[in-house]
Amino acid sequence: MIDEELVQLLTPEGERVAHPDYASTLSGEQILSMYRDMVIVRRLCNESTSLQRQGQLALWAPIQGQEGAQIGAGRALAPMDFTFPTYREHGIAWCRGVPPENLLRLFRAVSNGGWDPQKYRHHLPTIVLGNQVLNAVGYAMGIQRDGADEAVLTFFGDGASSQGDVLESFVWASSFNAPVVFFCQNNQFGISTPSSIQSKVPLFRRARGFGFPGVRVDGNDMLACYEVTKAALENARAGGGPSMIEAYTYRMGAHTTSDDPTRYRVDAEVEVWKHRDPIERIKSLLVREYQTKPAAFDAINEEAEAFALKLRDDVLAMGRPDPLSMFDHAYAEPHPLVEEGRREMSELLAQVAR
Amino acid sequence: MTTTTMTMAKALNEGLRRAMEKDPKVLLMGEDIGKLGGVFRITDGLQKDFGQDRVIDTPLAESAIVGTAVGLAIRGYRTVCEMQFDGFVFPAFDQIVSQVAKLHKRSDGVYTMGLVIRLPFQGGIGAIEHHSESPEAYFAHTPGLRVVSCSTPNDAYWMIQQAVESDDPIIFCEPKSRYWEKGEVDLENPPLGLYDALVRRPGSDVTLIGYGSSVKTMLRAAEAAEAEGLSLEVIDLRSIAPIDLPPLVASLEKTGRLVVVQEAPRTASIGSELVAELTERCFYSLRAPGVRVAGYHVPYPPARIEEDYRPTVDRVLDAVDRVMGFES
Repeated sequence: MIDEELVQLLTPEGERVAHPDYASTLSGEQILSMYRDMVIVRRLCNESTSLQRQGQLALWAPIQGQEGAQIGAGRALAPMDFTFPTYREHGIAWCRGVPPENLLRLFRAVSNGGWDPQKYRHHLPTIVLGNQVLNAVGYAMGIQRDGADEAVLTFFGDGASSQGDVLESFVWASSFNAPVVFFCQNNQFGISTPSSIQSKVPLFRRARGFGFPGVRVDGNDMLACYEVTKAALENARAGGGPSMIEAYTYRMGAHTTSDDPTRYRVDAEVEVWKHRDPIERIKSLLVREYQTKPAAFDAINEEAEAFALKLRDDVLAMGRPDPLSMFDHAYAEPHPLVEEGRREMSELLAQVAR
Repeated sequence: MTTTTMTMAKALNEGLRRAMEKDPKVLLMGEDIGKLGGVFRITDGLQKDFGQDRVIDTPLAESAIVGTAVGLAIRGYRTVCEMQFDGFVFPAFDQIVSQVAKLHKRSDGVYTMGLVIRLPFQGGIGAIEHHSESPEAYFAHTPGLRVVSCSTPNDAYWMIQQAVESDDPIIFCEPKSRYWEKGEVDLENPPLGLYDALVRRPGSDVTLIGYGSSVKTMLRAAEAAEAEGLSLEVIDLRSIAPIDLPPLVASLEKTGRLVVVQEAPRTASIGSELVAELTERCFYSLRAPGVRVAGYHVPYPPARIEEDYRPTVDRVLDAVDRVMGFES
């Protein structure tokens, strides 16, 4: 992964490197706090995979390997910024304060949403590839009209970069100078489709053709992801328009729990990326530069274990929704067919109850 | 009562103007809607008066027009999206059915998808391919959406304002062949609610039901039938989804005979839905099976032969004869 255009502030070995455009501004305390975020989010992911294997979730989309990109980007947000995720932005949801059990409501199939998106300023997961990117640009156009000091951060992957909606988003954001940052996590694969099939040029270079800057950042370098995202959001808030970030990373796990990555990729490649783990390199930095003691890491691990236990309990406590709830909020205003359905089901349920 | 005579195109323009005056959160987005005023001039002069931030000339990308309107709705804006023609709505279909229709539900009512998608629809203007289609059934089939159609300037003026005010997403179907026909517009009092059907002409022998361009065709058929001693009741559906069933049921209980008229192909259509619903609800009142006068099951034909495809007065009267021919 030697690439002169790749923004990196920390090597896989945890050694700092200088970059002409970006300097790390995080304190040791902040880095440790974000290390904790990554550990907890990875634990959330492992627990969720287990829950799916035990039949407690319908599906899970793992995040392993992408914690650095997401915690880096997520902690770069200002409170009033708004985020538009895919279904894999568990780290962003964590940074936005979405209760973790709410994040799992969708995957337990007890809800098609899961949280109040206005409260957390984090949109609901979008499963149709690329739809949310246009929605994000529209939201950014609203910010412009309100004259607000806010920006939008929206996510998609290398797979969705081929979607018309994403490319239309680039056109619109550029034409209207919308305060939006496009954060593409290039984790190298659609489900099985390699990113080389999505694009013959590095993805970040597409931005230039649409009239705004693009930058490729080491997606496993949390420090670099933080600084690059922070600068892009500040630029957007200041009226500088859109930009694109390609976080170059690797999906260590499967696409989802329904996938079998051994069919389309070789172990040797996975091994190479294991050495670039985003959590380990921050740990090395903390030990080397801040003399963080083993006890501090142990405490975080213990916290993550307790977190996972509580998450499991919370998930198992999520029962089957009331079937009649399907009729709530189908429309904002009264609708005769919805009311007819509600009546019919109420009668059927009453018959069963008798 | 203050009434004035204007075309449907002008009535839509005045209705949009009034909606924008009433609510500063109302935006218009579409292709060529600003300086040009839209290819049908529905938004003529609005950008000059409300500015480029509220009347937005967009890049030519329909999915983006709707997709960004979704984001604007999340931000609290009410966007009226213009699809330049019916046949160009399909790039936006994904955003409409995947996001517009679902986000109110998915957010447990937090998001209000109060956007309007204006769709010049149906044929009859001699246009080339993709400019004369009737895609309303695709949207009527989708839970979360509402679909309405105006057939007179007065309805156009009021229904567009009601649609903008609605907290639900609305596909607003405008019969482009009637854009230039004039009618009285009452500027003070809305005629009806947005989702109410309206008896345009009372009658006792056969109930004709349609919407958009078909309303005028049905009224002309009723006039012709009157000369032959037949009394046809003409109902303008106005709301295609949901269908306002009570006035239709009341009519069928009176006439016992049903003819549905639409430009859209017959199969799996609004007409199919009307016949099914009304058969179920009025079975013992019916004296004949419901008959659909519709477009044929072929791609919309070249305009030189479109009048052989679109329902005509003669085809409606043939259907009336068929339902009158059943012994009861």
